[in-house]
Amino acid sequence: MSYITISNNQSVPSGTIPVMEYSQFLDMMIALTDNHPERHCVLYFGYREKDSVHLICCIADDLQHTIMISSSVVKKESVLNSFSARNISFEKFEREIHENFGIGYTDHPWLKPVRYPENRADRSSVISGYPFFSIGSEELHEVGVGPVHAGIIEPGHFRFVCNGEQILHLEIQLGYQHRGVEQLFLDRKKLIERTTLAESIAGDSVIGHTTAFSYLWESLGGIVQDEETLFSRTLAQEIERIAIHTGDLSGICTDVAYQLGSSVFGRLRTPIINFFQEWCGNRLSKGLIRAGYNPFPFNRELAGRLIEILDAFEPDFIEMCADISRLPSTLSRFERTGMLKYEQLLSIGTVGMSARMHTLDRDIRASHPYGIYSSLNHIPVIKHHGDVYSRVQIRKEEVLQSIGYIRTMLKKIPESATSGRIDPVLKPSTFGISLTEGWRGEICHAAITDENGELLIYKVKDPSFHNWLALALAVRNNEISDFPVSNKSFDLSYCGHDL
Amino acid sequence: MLKTVKILYHQGKQFIPDLRKARVPGIFTGRPEISLAKVDEKALINCCPTGAITAAPVSIDLGKCTFCSECVRLFPGKVRFTTDYRMATNERNRLIIKEGINVSVTLNPEIIRKEIHKLFGGSLKLRQVSAAGDNSCELELNACGNVNFDMGRYGIEFVASPRHADGIVITGPISKNMAGPLQMTYDATPSPKIIILAGTDAISGGIFAGSAAIDRSFIEKNHIDLYVPGNPVHPLAFINGVADLLGI
Repeated sequence: MSYITISNNQSVPSGTIPVMEYSQFLDMMIALTDNHPERHCVLYFGYREKDSVHLICCIADDLQHTIMISSSVVKKESVLNSFSARNISFEKFEREIHENFGIGYTDHPWLKPVRYPENRADRSSVISGYPFFSIGSEELHEVGVGPVHAGIIEPGHFRFVCNGEQILHLEIQLGYQHRGVEQLFLDRKKLIERTTLAESIAGDSVIGHTTAFSYLWESLGGIVQDEETLFSRTLAQEIERIAIHTGDLSGICTDVAYQLGSSVFGRLRTPIINFFQEWCGNRLSKGLIRAGYNPFPFNRELAGRLIEILDAFEPDFIEMCADISRLPSTLSRFERTGMLKYEQLLSIGTVGMSARMHTLDRDIRASHPYGIYSSLNHIPVIKHHGDVYSRVQIRKEEVLQSIGYIRTMLKKIPESATSGRIDPVLKPSTFGISLTEGWRGEICHAAITDENGELLIYKVKDPSFHNWLALALAVRNNEISDFPVSNKSFDLSYCGHDL
Repeated sequence: MLKTVKILYHQGKQFIPDLRKARVPGIFTGRPEISLAKVDEKALINCCPTGAITAAPVSIDLGKCTFCSECVRLFPGKVRFTTDYRMATNERNRLIIKEGINVSVTLNPEIIRKEIHKLFGGSLKLRQVSAAGDNSCELELNACGNVNFDMGRYGIEFVASPRHADGIVITGPISKNMAGPLQMTYDATPSPKIIILAGTDAISGGIFAGSAAIDRSFIEKNHIDLYVPGNPVHPLAFINGVADLLGI
């Protein structure tokens, strides 16, 4: 056995991660994931080590609640056999390694650029020269959208190949949002700077990303969180889920031209995010989560306000959900639109809500619990059709489930913490990994420190990194007019992907 | 039909009656106030993640401030955040809040271009460009048009095409990869046109200032008509700022 096994939010001396010869590393990782739907790659990345690239692969096992980690060191100009040829879910990770370090692959399906990072290996490759897939035919036409989209959303370029109104193929080109996040984690030395960076990875998943950052930081610093901090973070995560899911339901209604649903869900989101403002001063909860301490302890007064808000929210939310599940005009747009099968989801390695829409049970809250999720006995919401309607139903049921969890939690608010603020000092030569379940799915942060306890590498993975391909496959053979609602029902992150 | 009417009835009235006088709930981190208390100024400057705080006199640059509250936590007697959301202005210098001066940020009426009142006072259509924004300002700009804030009541709206727009609203620090598309969007907007920067990242680069992956030359070479600070911008900060610019 040439891997080490750790659990979520655990850190280990980086020297204890086995280094294998590349072909053995390849065989082992494929053997670990093939025919094991309960396992998937949460992170596969490389970093420079003099003239070599150190590859580290992390496979999560949902049944054992563990993460298996192994590594290999390859020369900078290597041309390797790819993982992707044998398991397509590694496809994007290997494209990223190729883009960052110039490592070639003999049998990778298509080594396309991922995000055009500033420090990419091939500086001659530019974003305006992206090699789109195209089909030569007089009967087909291409539709290009973006990078600046029609609404107030982030930029990305979508290229459709259409037969009349029907989409044959969609390719999604990202990278426009690249701000150098991973490099900035190394350049900025103060904890407050790094925390602010974590908050700015994706503004709709502030809690998800900042929580992952904080747990990772505390694990690298050997700090154990008090009960109050665990409670507040878990509570905040569920409030964020309610807020964004509700906002997405509004967007989905907009995209099928159902104005009432759009308005009602839109306004239902307001009291939820306003609660964040009452708690921490910011509607999108920036500033609420900090590594090493809890700046905004939750108290009885806030609990009373939250109950009041949820009591008013719940009946209106249920009433509106019942309405969109009743109307033929909305159902005809939701059902059998943007469908994916279980086999597809499994093969490309989707996570989170995009996996749960068709029986693929991936939910970090249940499989690798953190915070106080183990005491909530979380059971993931699973749907069976893989279409827009499944994604609508997941949102509805998860909102109600989160409200249930919050009500349970508020019955027993922990006493305010007595421990003060600690600035964690990171352990030297240590590897740490942290997984959280954001509303979109699995968020992963990992870091390695050098012999002085300073950051050597910081890696971030948003669930969208896995799930963009799912959207591209879901819209095949759909009408192009159904694309907006499919897209919104996934609601993937551009900035979380581009970093 | 009856069910729909019932939903409408249950919603009641959700709009904020007066956006110009509305109060924000809770402990909103709006315009900071800096007292004249003596503190370790070096430590105060050092605690800021974006270098927004400077000494002599102690001041906070709202164009750089990420509203993280670290200074308030470490120097509670020196800095506090008020719930005043009126932080938008058209002059970059006015974003700098000095110690001992506790008034709302306002626009400088002298430098508002004359054609803005005349042409856009009754109707302003804006094209939003997310230039590496983290989606938080984008969410809040979307919220400006919802049934609560209803920015459309002033004739201010976001539109899909720059060709239909009277100006652009930029969010995000402007990545190198977005510099080209941003310029193209601006070029496609008919003149006279305005530029609004929404959020700390757009105004100064925020936490991303100095990153090798961003390119802020567009900001340097164009006249900015309005700065709206915030991380993200609050809908009331944005709507009031634009309304002030238009003379509503």
